[in-house]
Amino acid sequence: MDNNTLSALKIDDSAKIKELRSAGSIRRRLQDIGLIEGTDVKCVLKSPGGDPAAFLIRGTVIAIRREDMDNILVYS
Amino acid sequence: MGLTSDSVGIKAVDMGFSVKKDNSDAIMAALAGNPNVGKSSVFNCLTGLNQHTGNWPGKTVANASGSCFRHDREFILVDIPGTYSLMAHSAEEEVARDFICYGGAEAVIVVCDATALERSLNLVLQTIEITKRVVVCVNLLDEAEKKGIKINLELLSRRLGVPVVGTSAKCGKGMDRLLESVESTAMGEAPEGCRVRYLAPIEAAAEKLENVLLGKIKALNPRWAALRLLENDSGTVSGIYSYTGLDPDSPELADALKEANKSLLDAGITPERLKDNIASCLILNAEDIINGAVEFDNPDYGRRDRKIDRLLTGRLTGVPLMLLLLGLVLWLTITGANYPSALLSDLLFFIEDKLVALCGYAGIPEAVYAPVIFGVYRVLAWVVSVMLPPMAIFFPLFTLLEDLGYLPRVAFNLDKAFKKCCSCGKQALTMCMGFGCNAAGIIGCRIIDSPRERLIAVITNSFVPCNGRFPLLISVTSMFLISGTGVAGSAAGALILTFFILLGILMTFAVSRLLSVSLLKGKPSSFTLELPPYRRPDIGRIIVRSVLDRTLYVLGRAVTVAAPAGLIIWLLANLTADGIPLLKHLSAFLDPAGRLMGLDGVILLAFILGFPANELVIPLIIMMYMSNGTLAELDSLTAMKELFVQNGWTWITAVSVMLFSLFHWPCSTTMLTIKKETGSMGWTLLSFAIPTAAGIIICILFSSVAGALSLAG
Repeated sequence: MDNNTLSALKIDDSAKIKELRSAGSIRRRLQDIGLIEGTDVKCVLKSPGGDPAAFLIRGTVIAIRREDMDNILVYS
Repeated sequence: MGLTSDSVGIKAVDMGFSVKKDNSDAIMAALAGNPNVGKSSVFNCLTGLNQHTGNWPGKTVANASGSCFRHDREFILVDIPGTYSLMAHSAEEEVARDFICYGGAEAVIVVCDATALERSLNLVLQTIEITKRVVVCVNLLDEAEKKGIKINLELLSRRLGVPVVGTSAKCGKGMDRLLESVESTAMGEAPEGCRVRYLAPIEAAAEKLENVLLGKIKALNPRWAALRLLENDSGTVSGIYSYTGLDPDSPELADALKEANKSLLDAGITPERLKDNIASCLILNAEDIINGAVEFDNPDYGRRDRKIDRLLTGRLTGVPLMLLLLGLVLWLTITGANYPSALLSDLLFFIEDKLVALCGYAGIPEAVYAPVIFGVYRVLAWVVSVMLPPMAIFFPLFTLLEDLGYLPRVAFNLDKAFKKCCSCGKQALTMCMGFGCNAAGIIGCRIIDSPRERLIAVITNSFVPCNGRFPLLISVTSMFLISGTGVAGSAAGALILTFFILLGILMTFAVSRLLSVSLLKGKPSSFTLELPPYRRPDIGRIIVRSVLDRTLYVLGRAVTVAAPAGLIIWLLANLTADGIPLLKHLSAFLDPAGRLMGLDGVILLAFILGFPANELVIPLIIMMYMSNGTLAELDSLTAMKELFVQNGWTWITAVSVMLFSLFHWPCSTTMLTIKKETGSMGWTLLSFAIPTAAGIIICILFSSVAGALSLAG
């Protein structure tokens, strides 16, 4: 799992954040909820349509849409 | 004290932004915190003022204030919107940040969630950067204990440099100590407050700028202002200039800013890197502060929640369970409301008879008592007996779902559909609020970050039937669309109602989509939504709160509008021109248009006169039909149906009335709220025109197709 994004995670998969490629206000919003380099994330839920998915981030479950997941690189 | 509404302008749309102190000894404290940490419970617990709290992100959409006393000291508490950050990306964050910076509070209480403390600390650190007079309130300690989370409050307080108080707002624990800390923090010397350290070049640049700002801005922390000027976020920066009166064109400031920016660039720190570093230093600091101060006995504490979530948001189970819950709530409402409704109307009309008899005894002339009893009282009796029981059942049930934490899961389930319509999943939450009251739903739209998506949510909110329209939908369904009685009958009723609500939801999707490709063109924006832990609701509190806050409030509003309306209608029905009542003139004029839509002139007139409150539509129809003098008294649904049938109602009329109730102009309160929230007459008129046009078209289509079919049949 090298250049994977958050979208590649299946339920119960864990990974660490490598890089945020999102720009603009969503970048800051993701950082504000604690998504910075090296943060542990775990995919805990997928919605009925598969998108959005929810991740455990620093003790809180946060749902993110696919477009945004695609901009978040992770490593395992 | 505080700001005047003028200086804050349109951004502080509510009653809240300017909070006045009558008593100069009183301490004003702002109540800040992440969404969903029990902030409103703390507020209620302290002030006793009933303010609605909900278990979903961003429930407090308006500033509310309340006061309380401790040892003769008065405290004024201002509840500001729950946010994760003060870096204003949404209307709510802006309100929160502006109040902390410029609202004039002597202390800020930051409420944190003990079960997710690390997440809460980001806001604490950002607040301490603005003011050191901060008290951290670690709430939900009881829940943390249940989950095996241990928190060393003393160590936290030492590391943060401000007082930390543990509370469990639901049972009122720790409130006295919280107020004590607020008093000492506000009145004594400011606490030390910890300081977040950024990269050395950032610190150096900020310090230089800080020295220039020192003395120029009184109310604001110069280091915070310096950092924000360096970050150069347009909203924050223009706020600083307008509130502090700082002159952006002063050569000294402009030069210092230029120099600071250059020194940053020389050190290889681009504007992008600057923002990243500021954001990540806050997070890393929070991580350090938590480290060793919080212990998890059971690291797997979220497992039960995840199991429930997998069911409620599962691929196969998520949507069916959602529909089932909706149907169940409606079924319980219909079944439960039947009996008390009949009882109440028996009682109220029994009283009417006695009142008439009493007036006769007392020798009061009919011209005096008739408008009061047959106008005002009768409409009130109808509104109370028909509205009270369903509301007293529907609201507690709905509040229960809300308090459990189910509603964010609805938004999670539906987000993909909203994304296809180029709008935001949080619109599902504002629609849920719309079930209670569309005006509340529209204020709730502030939780949506993108202005485009917020407008879509505002314009489409009235497609969700509010409680003012539920009684109409329920009673017309029971009269005309179901034949059976008992369990089978009410199950069929619930099914039909669910269908109508789904129709409203489908319409919401269709119109959202349409707006997204026409007037409000744009792509779906980004979205993050917290799925909070499920919480055990406090049943007693739910009943008290939903009866007091919602049922009685809504009923009170309906009654205050219904009473004068009853009088006006009675007068219209009894005053004549050319020997014909005025009401008849009006309804006769509207009749052709009404017929075209499967209604009649009376029904259409009732909808028009019901503009102040949708609750009035059915009473108005009854009043107008009764003024024909065919029925002396109306004491049950059967009698009501008889009256309607006499006036030419068929199942086609019934469905058309329900359709038009679902799709027509928003009520006057809702329109005013839309005007206030959008600040634009154009969008307000559009919010009027879209549902009205939809209703007219749908009703004409339905009645002509159904009419043709029933003729053919």
